[in-house]
Amino acid sequence: MASADTAVARPPREGLRFPLGGAALTRGAATLWISLIVLLPLAAVFSRAFDDGMGHFWEAITDKEAVAAIKLTLISSLIVVVINAVMGTLIAWVLVRDDFRGKRIVNSIIDLPFALPTIVAGLTLIALYGPNSPIGVHAAYTRAAVVMALLFVTLPFVVRSVQPVLLEVDREMEEAAASLGAPNHRIFRSIILPNLGPAIIAGVALAFARAVGEFGSLVLLTGNIPFKTQAASVYIFGRVQTNDLSGAAAVSVFLLAISVGLLFALNLFARWRSRHERA
Amino acid sequence: MSALSLRSRIGLRSVALFYLAALLIVPVGMIFYRTFEHGLSEPIDAVTSPEGLHAFWLTIVCVGIAVPLNTLFGVVTALVLVRQNFRGKALLNAAIDLPFAISPVVIGLALFLVYAPRNSWFGGWLADNGVQIIFSLPGMILATIFVSLPFVVREVMPVLQEIGTDQEEAAETLGATPWQTFWRVTLPAIRWGVTYGVVLATARALGEFGAVSVVAGNVSGAGGTQTLPLYVKDQFEGFSLAGAYAAALVLAVLAIAVLFSMNLLQRRSARVTDDEEDHDLPGPAVFVPQPIEKEA
Repeated sequence: MASADTAVARPPREGLRFPLGGAALTRGAATLWISLIVLLPLAAVFSRAFDDGMGHFWEAITDKEAVAAIKLTLISSLIVVVINAVMGTLIAWVLVRDDFRGKRIVNSIIDLPFALPTIVAGLTLIALYGPNSPIGVHAAYTRAAVVMALLFVTLPFVVRSVQPVLLEVDREMEEAAASLGAPNHRIFRSIILPNLGPAIIAGVALAFARAVGEFGSLVLLTGNIPFKTQAASVYIFGRVQTNDLSGAAAVSVFLLAISVGLLFALNLFARWRSRHERA
Repeated sequence: MSALSLRSRIGLRSVALFYLAALLIVPVGMIFYRTFEHGLSEPIDAVTSPEGLHAFWLTIVCVGIAVPLNTLFGVVTALVLVRQNFRGKALLNAAIDLPFAISPVVIGLALFLVYAPRNSWFGGWLADNGVQIIFSLPGMILATIFVSLPFVVREVMPVLQEIGTDQEEAAETLGATPWQTFWRVTLPAIRWGVTYGVVLATARALGEFGAVSVVAGNVSGAGGTQTLPLYVKDQFEGFSLAGAYAAALVLAVLAIAVLFSMNLLQRRSARVTDDEEDHDLPGPAVFVPQPIEKEA
């Protein structure tokens, strides 16, 4: 006889028949779909990058133009995430703790860089900071333009990862510190920042992964001058155009390793933290 | 409101708003200004030219095929990942996020290496059989599917986790077939997740530039392979600024419409779950990789 106890202990999903043609069929369909659309093409990139052996791969990514492009991408991305860490946290703070008219509109505008096509993002920056700048700032076709474009497309990451944490942070500690006479910067450093740290790191990692691969917003704005404003993604595009597919694949593998590795590390970090906090 | 004095609060607010204005609000506003700078006729002519209309049509075709396919497979994949246990599940789950992590150009190159007419895995064989994928519509559709693949899966998975299986089991006990249970119980419960996913996937698919531009080869003109984002670039580089800004404006308006509808949807679903606190929360974190919740 089935008692109430065994009913509770029963694993919930074992008995359930699976919809849409059964468990095996759906599992197969999902796996096949991801494999055909995503994994097979990526395998082709790896295969092409190492087709002619490690020597050729090394040669391709140490090509002078490639190194300059990779360096520009990495340094710009680094600058961008540092700015994002500061400004993103500040914006999140203002959106959560401050109150002013139009706050809700500002809050929804934060997501605009995710929704706006990247080519349009580049064009908006040209319209304001390009050759016909109405305010007299001519940043297009410089390295500053690379940083600006990357700042635009990565704006939401830190804001959106810090905001929910800030909403949940216990405010009593801050108020207690303030009533005991702690100055603002002290409260920020010893109370707010430790709480937000993990969220800032997560946002920064996502922003970095995105910045490293960014292409659309750079195409029009940076002029793509080799050794000066040509980012790694644009370099890859150029290699495809001149039919140097092995060179393109080699630098692609390098970019892939950075962004996928970063997201993997972030995942591990999140898991480690959730285990750590539970313990 | 806060432990900070009014003065420092206003100071921080000004810095934040200035930064947003300089980086985001004014530049996007400039698109509107630039489009209509020299009157209405130029931009209207540009977007209603045969090339402009063709680009718009191609964009609609890519989105119209990619998003429904990703919705169908997205719901299936989410169900599989949440409701089944099998070897390699963690791997499949991780693979879903790859399109978020990979540069669009690399995605384009990847498709190129599989399907290009020469020097590729299957392109030569396909070309012999009269199928062209690269430099034509099928490749552009594949690129669009690739970049918009994770959205529906990632929006539906947390909802499925949250609703659990009680209602489905009840339906089954009462004699419903799996199919009936899916249509009458599961699908209505996950509808907001599906809707979010579809809206976000549409936004991404509409605006994809890098991946599509590699595989499309940018054949311009009325019979060419330009979607709207490629048309923007082509017009800009051809010094036809009116056309570039007008097409960009169309895309920007669509993006703003997406944001707006996401906001409405969020408020709607917040009302459905009767959770007043959630109103000011940010949008769904589509970009954050989500580990599968381990079962106890």
